[in-house]
Amino acid sequence: MRMRYVIISAIVIFILIIFAISLNRDSTYSTEKLIGKKIENFNSKDFYTKEIKDSKILKTKDFSLINYWASWCAPCRVEHSELMQLSKKENLNIIGINFKDKKNEAEQFLNELGNPYDHLLIDQDGRFSINLGVYGIPESILINKELKILKKFVGPLDSKRVIEITEVIQ
Amino acid sequence: MKLIRFITIFFIAQLNISVFSENIKISENQIFKNLRCLVCQGQSISESNSDFANTIKLVVKDKLSEGYNENEIYSFLVSKYGEWIVYKPPFSSSNLLLWTLPYIFLLIGAFFLIKIAINKKKFK
Amino acid sequence: MLSFFGNSLILISILTSALIVIKSILVLNNKASLISININNLITLQTTIIVVSFLTLVSAFIISDFSLITVYQNSHTLKPLIYKIAGSWGNHEGSLLMWIALMSLFSFLFFIKKNRYKREYYLFTLIVQTSLILLFLIFLVFSSNPFLKILPEPMEGLGLNPILQDPALAIHPPLLYIGFVGSSIYFSAAIGALMSNIDGADFAKSIKNWIKITWFFQTIGILAGSIWAYYELGWGGFWFWDPVENASLLPWFCMTALLHSVIVLEKKKQLFSWVLVLCLMTFCLTIAGTFLVRSGVLNSVHTFANDPQRGLFILIILSLTLITSFGVYFLKNKEENYNNSGINRETFIITNNWFMMFYLITVFLGTVYPIFTEVISDIKVSVGPPFYNTVIIPFVVIFLLFMGIGPNSKWGGKFINLKMFFLVLLASVAINIILIYFFDTKSILFNLIFISSLFLIFYTIIDLMKSIRSKFLFKTSRICSHLGFGLLVLFIGLNENFSKEFDINLKPGETKKIDNYEIIFENLNFYKKSNYNVVAGNFTVMNNKSNDLKKFKPEIRIYKNPETLTFEASIKTNLLSDKYLTMSNIQSSEYYNIKFQEKPLMIWIWISVILMSLGGITRFYRSENRL
Repeated sequence: MRMRYVIISAIVIFILIIFAISLNRDSTYSTEKLIGKKIENFNSKDFYTKEIKDSKILKTKDFSLINYWASWCAPCRVEHSELMQLSKKENLNIIGINFKDKKNEAEQFLNELGNPYDHLLIDQDGRFSINLGVYGIPESILINKELKILKKFVGPLDSKRVIEITEVIQ
Repeated sequence: MKLIRFITIFFIAQLNISVFSENIKISENQIFKNLRCLVCQGQSISESNSDFANTIKLVVKDKLSEGYNENEIYSFLVSKYGEWIVYKPPFSSSNLLLWTLPYIFLLIGAFFLIKIAINKKKFK
Repeated sequence: MLSFFGNSLILISILTSALIVIKSILVLNNKASLISININNLITLQTTIIVVSFLTLVSAFIISDFSLITVYQNSHTLKPLIYKIAGSWGNHEGSLLMWIALMSLFSFLFFIKKNRYKREYYLFTLIVQTSLILLFLIFLVFSSNPFLKILPEPMEGLGLNPILQDPALAIHPPLLYIGFVGSSIYFSAAIGALMSNIDGADFAKSIKNWIKITWFFQTIGILAGSIWAYYELGWGGFWFWDPVENASLLPWFCMTALLHSVIVLEKKKQLFSWVLVLCLMTFCLTIAGTFLVRSGVLNSVHTFANDPQRGLFILIILSLTLITSFGVYFLKNKEENYNNSGINRETFIITNNWFMMFYLITVFLGTVYPIFTEVISDIKVSVGPPFYNTVIIPFVVIFLLFMGIGPNSKWGGKFINLKMFFLVLLASVAINIILIYFFDTKSILFNLIFISSLFLIFYTIIDLMKSIRSKFLFKTSRICSHLGFGLLVLFIGLNENFSKEFDINLKPGETKKIDNYEIIFENLNFYKKSNYNVVAGNFTVMNNKSNDLKKFKPEIRIYKNPETLTFEASIKTNLLSDKYLTMSNIQSSEYYNIKFQEKPLMIWIWISVILMSLGGITRFYRSENRL
């Protein structure tokens, strides 16, 4: 008889402890699980020529930063100056993928704020973003020459994140 | 007793049936209902009006036409977004407790119940 | 002014509650003369003060007194009066005060009939119940005080959240709270029973009506929430196994089990310990549910007040409640000699409890499992409808069969009429075969659900006819509820099986033919309302099979304060089916995403639940002399 009570008490206490711990955890979702995986099936259209570009363009330099953006996205404006800074790095390839945007508005955006992209691609209906595990723009993915994902940034790049990137590519 | 035998058999048949009905052909909307909209607060891809949901719907439709079956589509999305995106927790070893505990309880309860039902003596 | 008044009232109520507890303890120890105030007067005073303080808060909302932070955050001068009032409980602080007010009101109703109960039982119950009220009052004062001031007083409030301005949502919390809060009475009574020497049957009689009332309100509270979700949220569903929905369902399973077991306790004086456990569990689950909902540990559609600090307070309350209740139970429970055997009505009631506990464990496990995996192994899993449906539905089939034959068996007597069992089963299967012949059924599981729910319905109808014939009207509540439940499962099954959903993209002026339907997107209308702008679509849907034509007007509403977008479904209801159409815009495209659903027998689902719940409130007259 007593054994039953002990077991039940233990279970109840265990549950309460788990609840207590969970209170202090940040439960926002992130796709950091993808870090370490390789990118597969990379093929997206070039923004200007509409040619299909495959993963060859990712291997031209030691590291690549894939940046998903759109002209209608306010945080993209905010992070753009950081991208301009990063474009000066010699061993970093910056690939921009324009997401669900209008061509002239995207061009206007780049004319106004500058074009940091070594390659500019387009993902009109968003299909390709799913392949990269993207779910909210802006989103930036840092990969190496072997196409392994090193870092994933959901939301705009800020100075802290730029430092993170810089440390990795050094 | 005959009834108990009947019920026990029915019971086991149920378990098989619930597993069996899994393999029946599924509509794309059913798949949408089983996926979580990652940018929403507790909505499925089917209900959500968000942009992300619309994109996922396109990709699921693509995969279906490419011949993927339901589980393959879920695996694909899980590989990109993690287990959180599907509403059905996979039958993996880590989820063993989740899937088995209810049935374990049911069996323990059944044991006591049958004891009560057939025992003609005082039961403590 | 109102702030000062409200705060003073809260303070007085804390003092009064403390006095009640102290005086009760003294009376128990025969030292009543140490405090001269009569307990009855104290109880009346406490209830009056707490209720008045709640009404004070409501008044603050009505007159839009923005000097109170709660009113500022959750109200607006432009809100219609009804929603201003509902706004008082539509937020964490106000709802907590309403919780406490209801709790003291129920205490009052339970305790004024002092002479009904044995002295010791009464006093212990009073001590526990009042201590609970005290605990919640302290929680209110230290972390969720609705009477906190903000200076300087703002001119206008923040809260005009459009989703909250809906009749079903306004009534949903009070209804549920009566259920939740009412369960505190039999929680305290259970501890009172353990501490005193009350007889099982007497205990059952004292809490029976409370169980029925709380069960009734819990049922229709859940119904109100589902109706709101169906009409307002725009996805055409009414149950999502969302953590917050589950939080209201868990106590419901317990209450249903309790409802049945207390009958056994009263009539056969058996299952006393089990009934006590259920009484304790129901309220503990209520608090656990409150914790899950308000602490922010779970991701859900219903984001209430997600505040880890409040979560911690509630967790402390939960821990205290659990430790006290199970501590008292382990120490004071007397082992029963279980005296039943054979397959009779009592065994069937125990079977009901067995199923209820199964459902409870499944839903509880499914709800908290994600928390566990995240804390222990840092993985986020989702447990949603597929899990619950897969685990629960097959067993509902067997459950319905038991529900049919259970009431048919006698209390001490022999087993059921086997002839009738097979006859009814055969009839149900026959009708199912007819259904399959004329229509298309989606799965074997659906057919089983159809058969078993028909089985239950037939059995209850037979029950009804028997009772009319013998003029024995005591079974009305059981017949009502069982019939209601059978119909509910039947209609949900039929609805699921025959529902059609179409998801297409159209631009204004376009038509699409799909299945038997032709969906015509006529045009768009743009107009302004008092606090939002509308993009309304005009649709005509033609059913080519029945030559039926219906017009739909779904809306996209753009609110400014706060900036939100809502999608209003256009629903056409009739007795046979609901037609449901929603429209949403697609980024950077002139196309709109249209979801059109045909949902048969929708309204009957609501009617079944109402029928089921009515069983809880019929039969309130004294029935002690009946077998």
